[in-house]
Amino acid sequence: MTTTTIKDGTENPLLEARKLTKIFGTLKACDGIDLTIGAGEIHALLGENGAGKSTLVKMLFGALQPTSGEIFWKGQAVTVTSPAVGRSLGIGMVFQHFSLFDALTAAENIALSLDKKAPLDRIAERAKEIGQTYGLPIDPDALVGDLSVGERQRIEIIRCLLQNPDLIILDEPTSVLTPQEADLLFVTLERLRSEGKSILYISHRLEEVRRLCDRATVLRHGKVVGHCDPRGETTSSLARMMVGSDIHIIERPAVEKSEAMPIPLLQISALSQKPRGPFSVALHDINLVVNAGELLGIAGVAGNGQSELFDAISGEVQQEQPGRITIRGLDASQLGISARRKLGAAFVPEERLGHGAIPDMALTQNLLLSRHSTDKKVFVSGGLLKLVAQSSLAMAAKRIVSKMDVRKSAENPDASALSGGNLQKFLIGRELDRSPSVLVVNQPTWGVDAGAAALIRQALVNLARNGSAVIVISQDLDELFEISDMMAAMVHGRLSQSVPIEAMTMERAGLMMGGADASSHSLNAGVA
Amino acid sequence: MRLELVRRPQHSALFSALSPFIALFLTLIAGAILFTILGKNPLAALYSYFVEPLTEVWSIHELLIKAAPLILIAVGLSVCFLSNNWNIGAEGQFIAGGIAGSILPIVFPDFQGWYVLPLMLLLGMAGGAAYATIPAFLKVRFNTNEILTSLMLVYVAQLFLDWLVRGPWRNPQGYNFPETIQFNASAILPEIWTASGRAHWGFILAVLAAFAVWFTLSRTLSGFEIKVFGRSARAGRFAGFSAGKLTFFAFLISGALAGLAGIAEVSGAVGQLRTSISPGYGFTAIIVAFLGRLNPLGIVAAGLVLALTYLGGEAAQISLGVSEKSARIFQGIMLFFILASDTLIYYRIRIVSRLGDAAAKGA
Repeated sequence: MTTTTIKDGTENPLLEARKLTKIFGTLKACDGIDLTIGAGEIHALLGENGAGKSTLVKMLFGALQPTSGEIFWKGQAVTVTSPAVGRSLGIGMVFQHFSLFDALTAAENIALSLDKKAPLDRIAERAKEIGQTYGLPIDPDALVGDLSVGERQRIEIIRCLLQNPDLIILDEPTSVLTPQEADLLFVTLERLRSEGKSILYISHRLEEVRRLCDRATVLRHGKVVGHCDPRGETTSSLARMMVGSDIHIIERPAVEKSEAMPIPLLQISALSQKPRGPFSVALHDINLVVNAGELLGIAGVAGNGQSELFDAISGEVQQEQPGRITIRGLDASQLGISARRKLGAAFVPEERLGHGAIPDMALTQNLLLSRHSTDKKVFVSGGLLKLVAQSSLAMAAKRIVSKMDVRKSAENPDASALSGGNLQKFLIGRELDRSPSVLVVNQPTWGVDAGAAALIRQALVNLARNGSAVIVISQDLDELFEISDMMAAMVHGRLSQSVPIEAMTMERAGLMMGGADASSHSLNAGVA
Repeated sequence: MRLELVRRPQHSALFSALSPFIALFLTLIAGAILFTILGKNPLAALYSYFVEPLTEVWSIHELLIKAAPLILIAVGLSVCFLSNNWNIGAEGQFIAGGIAGSILPIVFPDFQGWYVLPLMLLLGMAGGAAYATIPAFLKVRFNTNEILTSLMLVYVAQLFLDWLVRGPWRNPQGYNFPETIQFNASAILPEIWTASGRAHWGFILAVLAAFAVWFTLSRTLSGFEIKVFGRSARAGRFAGFSAGKLTFFAFLISGALAGLAGIAEVSGAVGQLRTSISPGYGFTAIIVAFLGRLNPLGIVAAGLVLALTYLGGEAAQISLGVSEKSARIFQGIMLFFILASDTLIYYRIRIVSRLGDAAAKGA
C-alpha cells in the first residue's frame, strides 16, 4: 500500500480527535479514530458508504455522542453535546441532504437556523453580502422550492458561514453540481482556506480530492486505514485504500458496426408538459430515440426536469395526446406504468425508499411491488382471489440477491435494513431479472459505495450490449462517460440533442448542462 | 423549556407486541384512580366494571351483542386506516345500513319468507356502502379531507333517521312514540343459542368478516395494495396501483361492514327502528381498530374488551351509582393510552432547554 503517513499537519491543530469510538448495538461504526485537522487546511475524509464518515462527522459536530474517545478543540478537551454547542465552538456543517423548508424563502430558512434572533431584512442583507464575498450569489427572497439544488447548497453554505466558523464540514458537496458549478465551489473553498479557515471535505470523488485537498484521512469499516497527501497519490491508489482492493473497471465492448438498420425501442417525440405543482418543472418539446443495444446517458443538474421526464416515460404521469411516447413501436403515451411494463419497459426511480421500494416491507414484498403485473403467472395465483405466491417471490428474491451480490443481514430483511448500495443493487436486479427491452434508471448510483456502483454500471452496460435500450439519467458525469454510448443533457426542462460519446468532452457536457451548447438546439428537429 | 419527540433508531419488537396490554393495564390504573377520587372503593368498582359482567351466561350473551357491531365496523375501518383513508364516519354508515335494511320490514311488512332476512342484510350493506362512497367520491374527485366529510355525514344520517322515525315511518298504532312497527318474525336475525341468552348471529357474521378481511390483507394482492398505499402513495403509483380505486374500495368495504353491523343490530338486538340505534358504536370501533393493531384477528379480541366497557358501565350504574357515561371515559382513556404507548415505542421524549434547535438535526 502506498500510504504515506504524515505527522500532524501543524504544530497547533485546530481540531484533534483521539480514539473516537461509536458503537450502535453490536456495530462499531467508528473504531478508535484519530484525526487531526490543522488551521487553514482542506482535509479530505475518504471512505466508501458505511465506512463511518457520517458517524465520525456527526460526533465532531455534536449530532451524536461518542461512546468513547476525546475531542480537542484548539488544544482544549471539549464535549460537543449538541449541534448548537458545535456551532458556538466554531464548527459549521453543510449536510449532503439539505435541511431546508421548500415553502420558505432563502432568508427565512437562514433565520431559522440562527441561534440568536435577528431581524429578517438584516439577515437577508448579510446573506447577500457573504454570498458576494465568496462567490455564492443567492436571492434571499426566493422560495427554496423554486431553487435548483446548486442554489440550495449555496444557502446551506451561507447559513453555515454566517456563524463565522473556524471549521466547515462539507458532506459530498459536489455530488449535485455541474463541473462548472463545482469549479466555482472550489474557488469559494480555496478562498476560505486562504483566510485561514479549515475545511473537512467528505467525498468519494477522488479527482477533486487530489485537486483540492491538502491532506486526506481514509476510513474503511470504521477504522482509519491511512493518512496521506492526496496530491502525491493517483486516483487508483486512493481508491485502493478506500475499498481495500482494486476497483472493477467497467468493460464496455465496442458496438459492432452493423449494416442493419438500428431498431428504435424507445422514442419520444415533441413531449411537452406543464408543471404539475409549485415545485415541479415543465417539459418542453422533448425528442429522443434510443435504439436496441444503445445506452443513452442524460446528464443534468438535479431539478432540471429529470424526475418529470422519468415520470413521463414510466407512465406515472400520462400524456394528454397520443403519439408522444413509443415503446417498441407501440404508442404508450396514454398507458399506465403497468401496461408500459408489459410492453417490455422497466423503471428504477431516483428515490429508493418511498418510491422504488417501501422501507418497512420485506425484500420479497418489494419485489412484488414492480413485478405483480408483468409476472402475474409466477407471483399471483388462485385466480380471482389473486393470492400472493410467497414461495416464488422468495425464490426470485434469492436469485436477484445472488446475481447482484446483495449483502444483507437477515433472510428477508426490510428494505430499510439494507445499505443504500445494497438496496440499489436489489432494485436494479429486480428489473434486470425480467430482461427488459427498455430500462430507464434515474440516478443509479446516488449515495452508493464504489464497489456497488461499479457492479451496477457494468450490469447496465451488459443489458444494453445484450440488445436492450437503456436510459441512464445521472448527475455524475464521470459515470455517464464511463457507460454511455450516446449522451444528452437536460436543462430547464429541455433535452439537448443526443451526441455520440466519442464526440463528447467534459467541457461540452458542462456547456450542455448549462444550456449553452448552441449545436444542440438547431439539430434537435433532425432527431425526431 | 419544551418537549420534543425524537425518533428512536430502533424500536423494540417486544414492546410493540406488548403495547395493547400496557395500554389496557394503564387504563385500569387510571380507572382505579378515578373511582378513588369519586369516593368509591377502586377494587370493587373495577370488579363490577370488568369482571362481574363475565360471571353469568346471560351477560356473556350481552357482551357478544355489543361486540358484534364493534368488530364488524372495526374490521372495515382497518382496511381504511391501513390504506391511509381516514373514515371517521362509520357511525353514519351504520345508521344508513340500519335504515336501508329496514325498508323491507317497515315499508313492505307483508313481504315475508326465508329470503327476507338475507335481502335485508344485503340492503344494509348496500346502504352503508353507498353512504361511504360520498366521502370517497369527494376525496377522489375534489381532494376534500375525508375526516371532515365522513364525520359531518354522521350527523346528517342521525338527523335523517330521527326524521324518518318521528315522521313517515312512525308506527301508526304506537301511541305517538317515536318508533317504527316491530319487525315481523322473518325479518328478525335469529339468536345463536336461544336457550341460554339473546346473542344473535351478528357475532358470527363479525367473526366471519374478520377472517375474510384478515385473509385478504395477509394473503392477496389486494391486501398488498392496501398496505402499499398506507405506507407510500408514491410507491403505490410506481407499482401501478390506482389511488382513487383503492380509496373507493376501502370506503366501500368499511361502509358495507358498518351497514351490515347496523342492520344486524336493528334486526337482531332491537327489532324495530328508533330515533337512536347506536350508543356510538361507529366511534368506539375506531378505538377497537387501533387496540387490535389494525389486525382483523386482533380486532375480534379488542371488540370484546371494548364491549365489556359498555356492559361494565351499565353494571357500575346499578351497583355503584356512577353514570353509565363512565364507559365513555374508559374508552377515551384507553384510546389515549393506546396512542401514547404506540408513539413512545417509536419516539422518545426529550426535554429541550433553550439552546436546542431543529434545523441542525437535519441529518
